[in-house]
Amino acid sequence: MIQAIKKKNRNSKSVYAPNPLQQEEESHTLAIVVENEPGVLARVIGRFTGRGYNIDSLTVAETDHEENTSRITIVCSGTPAVIEQIKAQLRQIVPVKRVRDLTTFGPHIERELALIKVAGTGEKRIEALRLADVFRAQPLDSTLESFVFELTGTTEKVNAFIDLMKPLGLVDVSRTGIAAISRGSTTHDDKD
Amino acid sequence: MSTTEAKNHAPKATPNNPDQMTGAEIIIQALIDQGVEVVFGYPGGAVLPIYDEIFKNQDKIKHVLVRQEGGALHAAEGYARSTGKVGCALVTSGPGATNAVTGLTDALLDSIPLVCITGQVPTFLVGTDAFQEADTTGITRPCTKHNYLIKDANKVADIIHEAFHVARSGRPGPVVIDIPKDVQFAKGAYKKALKPSLQTYQPKTEADRAAIEAAVALMANAKKPVFYTGGGVINAGTEASKLLRELVRETGFPITSTLMGLGAYPASDKQWLGMLGMHGTFEANLAMHDCDVMINIGARFDDRVTGRTDKFSPHSTKIHIDIDPSSINKNIHVDIPIVADAASALKMMIDVWKKHRYKADREALDKWRKQIEGWRAKNCLAYKNSDTVIKPQYALERLRDALAKDPREKYITTEVGQHQMWAAQFLPFNEPNRWMTSGGLGTMGYGLPAAVGVQMAHKDSLVVNISGDGSVQMNIQEIGTAIQYKLPVKIFILNNSWLGMVRQWQELLHGERYSETYSESLPDFVKLAEAYGGVGLRAETPDELDDVIEKMLKTDRLTIVDVCVDQRENIFPMIPSGKAHNEMILSPDADKFDKSLV
Repeated sequence: MIQAIKKKNRNSKSVYAPNPLQQEEESHTLAIVVENEPGVLARVIGRFTGRGYNIDSLTVAETDHEENTSRITIVCSGTPAVIEQIKAQLRQIVPVKRVRDLTTFGPHIERELALIKVAGTGEKRIEALRLADVFRAQPLDSTLESFVFELTGTTEKVNAFIDLMKPLGLVDVSRTGIAAISRGSTTHDDKD
Repeated sequence: MSTTEAKNHAPKATPNNPDQMTGAEIIIQALIDQGVEVVFGYPGGAVLPIYDEIFKNQDKIKHVLVRQEGGALHAAEGYARSTGKVGCALVTSGPGATNAVTGLTDALLDSIPLVCITGQVPTFLVGTDAFQEADTTGITRPCTKHNYLIKDANKVADIIHEAFHVARSGRPGPVVIDIPKDVQFAKGAYKKALKPSLQTYQPKTEADRAAIEAAVALMANAKKPVFYTGGGVINAGTEASKLLRELVRETGFPITSTLMGLGAYPASDKQWLGMLGMHGTFEANLAMHDCDVMINIGARFDDRVTGRTDKFSPHSTKIHIDIDPSSINKNIHVDIPIVADAASALKMMIDVWKKHRYKADREALDKWRKQIEGWRAKNCLAYKNSDTVIKPQYALERLRDALAKDPREKYITTEVGQHQMWAAQFLPFNEPNRWMTSGGLGTMGYGLPAAVGVQMAHKDSLVVNISGDGSVQMNIQEIGTAIQYKLPVKIFILNNSWLGMVRQWQELLHGERYSETYSESLPDFVKLAEAYGGVGLRAETPDELDDVIEKMLKTDRLTIVDVCVDQRENIFPMIPSGKAHNEMILSPDADKFDKSLV
């Protein structure tokens, strides 16, 4: 891959800068504690859009009412250099208090919650309920021709369940995106 | 808005409480307490209460009425850069704020501390597409270091104090405070500024001792070292420039600087290599390419400095001192990253150097110096002079010599283009804060309003705006400001009737197709100056030059010097975009440059 790009650059007649060499992209989960003030989410997201970084998942909610802080969990992808830049850029934002890269920090847990609506009758309806039981998805709402399931788990588990529901009458999905936290007694304040 | 206010609730406004002031009164009081002496601005509906207070406090705070809000921001930049203080601008809502955006972005890229207060429509009209409403905090979010929208008069004082703290701390930058008109009328409590140590925003400024030890040990063993310094040294205050001089003298290493860093180290010194980068000197760029240890202090490996990054200084170990962690390893991977204020890092480096009694490797350094002298002998700034046409380089050399004889303090501003690069190459800067130019954003139209700001701060000094015929027209209305406040700014136009830098790229890189770069109908700049009530002068041949410059230095008011220069002159040396430092083109090679490589 790198060789091919090098070759392409050498053959190009352009006098303008060649593309930087590509590195392998990685996915990182960042936990960002911010002052809970208007516009703070826009500031965080703006750094991503303004500098061309990728966001794969985003979750945000107030976590400490007394301290007036919110926690934003972002799953982003990029080369190792880009990931470092993302963290440095986020730390530059005045109301950002802490940025932790859970992927490099150590073992951590990632979960997301999904609400999944399946409509149908007869065999399909029974099969949907049976599979929901296998996945430990809770039926939150049911009518004679529909279910709403609540499922918590890793992204892969949620994806797998949704794929199974497709032929059984999947009509609507709502997902929270990933929430993540480190394992063990470490807190967000501990040094990296 | 921030924890500062959250922990510090002010008493609720009551009509009978004598301690209560209007939002507008609080704004002016806070500016006065922050030491603001000059505000550059333009009035409008949404800032009328503030202008009313400015009227009442004329003895305490000076307002400069610019001709367009963009000018106010650049003037505040010039003021900030030449004084080291925070520049202050005041504009109205909607178009006032949007006109300010270019200046804010310019200040963000060049790390200039600014506080810009923008009026906003009353809170009850926000979001209704009211007259002169714009989403100012939304628009300015990516072009400021931080911004605020104040919805409560009780928070005005704290937020203004915090804004000044944010603007000047860490890597300096512009801060916008958007204040709706009803908040300016509402009553609230005034509060004094917190001590900087009590503010919530606390960027790291002290260097890591171990990293400095490692860096200095590396320097002591260097065979081919080079200092590469930038605007961060200027921003760290005059003390940083003094420390830099001490360290460079102590080590005997050669030093080059970015466009933004000129003046931190004296250009008259023999260790000085000249500016580096796309139009930097041959010796500076080759020293960067061939060095074994690079000591970057307060520069950010900008693409105009590095050229092609995968061939940038391939054999060196790189030390990078920067106050902004996001500047480290952004464009160029470095070996010893140090997050610190330039002054504190330099002080620690000198301490460590002396404590260990390090001595530079004299033998290796002599060899390195000889190699550099070989490059210097190329005389890369040489140009073919003419008896009939004024060469822009010659005009600047004559100006340089005339300035050298003038006893006043000299401040130079520039616009953006060929004239800017020639000014950087040909004018010597021996002190920090004397050189105001738009580096990062490359804002044409910066120089004239910046000169207004500089002259406001330094009434008795000589302020010259080196300009081109294209750039000067971008904010030419600010001549009116200079006239109104009796600011004797000198505008030295290198007039070639072309957008010279673009023309040069078209010549070298776009098959000599000069698309839209010739100015057909330039104004008569002499008459223009006179129309505003200034002095207009013109030089058309080389022998008229000295006389015109002498006259310019004697005038007591705004003066335009229209120097009609060679239309075909190009700026060299040049590293074409995407080339490495050792692939620069010098003036004599220009004809051989392969123009088919488009």
